Amino acid sequence: MPENGKVAVRVKVNSKEYSREVEPRLLLVEFLREDLELCGTHIGCDTTYCGACTVLFNGAAVKSCTMFAVQADGAEITTVEGLERNGELHPIQKAFADCHGLQCGYCTPGMMLSALQLLSRVKNPDEKQIRRAIAGNTCRCTGYQNIFKAIEAAAESLGGSHQGG
Amino acid sequence: MYPRAFHYHRASSLREATEMLSQLGEEAKLLAGGQSLIPLMKLRFANPAHLVDLNFIQGISYIKQENGAIHIGPLTRHAEIQDSAAAAKITILHDCAAGIADVQVRNRGTIGGSLAEADPSGDWATVLMTLTTDVHCFDGKRKRSIPLRDFVKDAYTTALSHDELVSEISIQLPPKGSGGAYIAFKRAAPVYPTASAAVQLTVEGDTCKEASIALGCVGLTPVRPSEAESALRGQRLSEKTIAAAAEAARTACDPQSDMRGSAEYKREVVGALVKRAVEAAVRRARGEQVEVSHLYA
Repeated sequence: MPENGKVAVRVKVNSKEYSREVEPRLLLVEFLREDLELCGTHIGCDTTYCGACTVLFNGAAVKSCTMFAVQADGAEITTVEGLERNGELHPIQKAFADCHGLQCGYCTPGMMLSALQLLSRVKNPDEKQIRRAIAGNTCRCTGYQNIFKAIEAAAESLGGSHQGG
Repeated sequence: MYPRAFHYHRASSLREATEMLSQLGEEAKLLAGGQSLIPLMKLRFANPAHLVDLNFIQGISYIKQENGAIHIGPLTRHAEIQDSAAAAKITILHDCAAGIADVQVRNRGTIGGSLAEADPSGDWATVLMTLTTDVHCFDGKRKRSIPLRDFVKDAYTTALSHDELVSEISIQLPPKGSGGAYIAFKRAAPVYPTASAAVQLTVEGDTCKEASIALGCVGLTPVRPSEAESALRGQRLSEKTIAAAAEAARTACDPQSDMRGSAEYKREVVGALVKRAVEAAVRRARGEQVEVSHLYA
């Protein structure tokens, strides 16, 4: 540990390498937003409930308000900024837009990353699998129906090709 | 929300983690999945001066079957248990792992962390109490194995000494003709249950040969309602005996009124959960595939 109590962290976020020194108590979500200026990951409840801060950590959806940045040393992280490719929306993003899977949009980055974990593991999820996959993501606008439709549409347009994750 | 500042230590083996605990003293805490500890630190209910991170230790996440038991590594995530074919040999393990909180929490939270924290609302201790479960502990010099019922001492209190940790959990495979079910009643996925019931039965024909029941969130530790068990043990399984077991469980539990409901309400919930869990366990004991999922308010 350096003298100032900070800890060195090397992390790959959306395929880009970053090296930083951080205070051990720095939460992963704050690290992404404040240190790396990737503000697409939102802070909602900050109590491990709402899922607005969901990112993929080595391919697995996690609540980034409930991990320390130091724990991400050596990890690969995907945030909402990592979804688009060459200026094209990811099929999940496009489906959320097409199906009106959002209103205020605050929960959307987390929703889409939970959807990405699901669709990278299950090619054609049924409604129950979709509901279970986003049980840890709260939306206060849509009533969820259009989010289910968006994830179904995304599954269809991905057509079993294993993108992302 | 930021926790108080702390010093971070990364252990590379369980032995090193125990040495760190012993050198750093009482102000040091282990960090496993962190899904309970980090929220508590953010609220400043827990303020450790040192955290010893177990997440970089290789080889302590595993599920294997050996000598008639399922052995689970301390850092095994709930999601890994949910997806494990070995763990699915004991259906109630799958019920538990698949129902804890939500995908994100299951991807991080660990079985060792859950048992060592001994939160009265935690799912694992309740479920594993119905099986023959041993908690293997290690303090860097000595290994000892403690039956789960002796491991959980009180709310948030276990038999672990300060520089001792959970090194493995082993669960005996239930005998042939045994079936179990775990059902929790929750207000939403990410929260702790309002109440939960775990049931493991051995059935022969129409008779219940062996019954073990544990209730979660309705006492300082998982509650074993012995009268509910004896209402079933040796009895012919009928609506009447199942209702008697549910009523005995309702009486045996000791819930507190809180934001999840009044004590009286929780008793009613326990009665209903025990009835449903017994019915599912009986069908599973007879070899039926019964899907069990938690109930939501």
